Amino acid sequence: MSELKVSDKAIVVPGELLAQGMDFLPSFGTYRIKEDIRAARLGLLKVDGKVLKIIPLSGRYIPKRGDTIIGQVSDIMIAGWRLSTNSPYEAVLGMKDATSEFIERGSDLSKYYALGDYIVTKIINVTSQKLVDITMRGPGLRKLLGGRVIEVNTNKVPRIIGKLGSMVSMIKDATGVKIVVGQNGLIWLEGEAHMENIAVEAIRKIEKEGHLSGLTDKIKDFLTNKLKEVTK
Amino acid sequence: MAYTKRFDGRKSFSDLRPIEAKAGVVPRAHGSALFRIGNTIAYATVYGPRELHPKFMQNPKTGVLRCSYNMMPFSGAGERVKPGPNRRAKEISLVTEKALLPVLDLSDYPNTVVDVFIDLPQTDAGSRCAGICAASIALADAGLPMKDLVAAIAVGKVDDKLVVDLDYQEEAYEDGPVADIPVAMLPSTGEYTLLQMDGDIHKDELYKALELAKDACNKIYEIQKTALKEKYKGQEGGDEGGDVE
Repeated sequence: MSELKVSDKAIVVPGELLAQGMDFLPSFGTYRIKEDIRAARLGLLKVDGKVLKIIPLSGRYIPKRGDTIIGQVSDIMIAGWRLSTNSPYEAVLGMKDATSEFIERGSDLSKYYALGDYIVTKIINVTSQKLVDITMRGPGLRKLLGGRVIEVNTNKVPRIIGKLGSMVSMIKDATGVKIVVGQNGLIWLEGEAHMENIAVEAIRKIEKEGHLSGLTDKIKDFLTNKLKEVTK
Repeated sequence: MAYTKRFDGRKSFSDLRPIEAKAGVVPRAHGSALFRIGNTIAYATVYGPRELHPKFMQNPKTGVLRCSYNMMPFSGAGERVKPGPNRRAKEISLVTEKALLPVLDLSDYPNTVVDVFIDLPQTDAGSRCAGICAASIALADAGLPMKDLVAAIAVGKVDDKLVVDLDYQEEAYEDGPVADIPVAMLPSTGEYTLLQMDGDIHKDELYKALELAKDACNKIYEIQKTALKEKYKGQEGGDEGGDVE
């Protein structure tokens, strides 16, 4: 007889017994010893039919192919740039992925991206040894001028973006602030200073209460109240 | 003076001192925990995985675990503890590392390091065990892949009694033989990851003492579990959020 020992969507900790019996299958973040399935990390248990997996709630960003991230130029190399990405691994932007312009041999690369510049870029490849290749070719990929960059918990980024970007669009529309959300937990904002502050507050609120249902309405109310205060 | 009852008033020889555990006590660390057992307090902070330098220390096959055990200058009961690494601290850092490594799987993070800093503001024996308990909560809090938590406790023999969780007074008992055995184990499988001994004890008694340690470790595991669940309380039951784009 197979039996689930923990309810769906419960918080589980490493080593915790999740289910007994061969009718359940271990997936991401879980493992089997003999008949038992146990948790291999801290997170939210998700029961998907027979499959048990864990959605992480904490942990650093690890680069993944196809992610759009915000990086900061940390070094300029002979034919490209090295970017720090709020993760254990740095990313490399090669010259031919950097711009559609023609870059003359031996020219000063800091003309394009200087040390300390923030860039929205897309990861094109991650090797087994976590060497990260990024590109600037794609819609919305650019250098970020002005504004400010804040750091959030990477595991909350999907909440901040919302379904099909609904959450972040709502903040953008309400405050008129330009926002770029990187999957690595860096968020760039640019707009009027007091509006930027409201947008940051809203994002912090999502980060803190991201798990509650009816979050969209809550953030909507929060924004309307804040904007009323400002216009008063 | 014969040893007939616990010096600190505990009812039984297998009683633990009061334990308090808390996860996420240092907001700027990637994971952190407090573990207090009696008058021994351990803080563990985890940073990483992060880039490892110097580069020759990197391992391309897996991430590296690096532990540091540190008694604060004012932590002891007697003289000021001289700060900085010493022979004892190095040994304990090493055994802590070896006690934690079997549960951790850092193969997804090649060339990186996970740093664990264990700081003890107050000690009254059992500090390496408190450090291991705190570190394992902190590592789980940091979201690292690990197959189990590690629970640790000191057992031993004072005079002719088998004792669990010795305090300093018991450890320093002079009118009879004393054995002090720090033990760390994985609660789910009962495997030992730390077994040291200071003093002497008969083989049969050692086995009995280890049985006592097992019960104690299961109790500690429950406390560690509760500490972690307490931190993430309120996050259960949420829907999965939106797409990322």
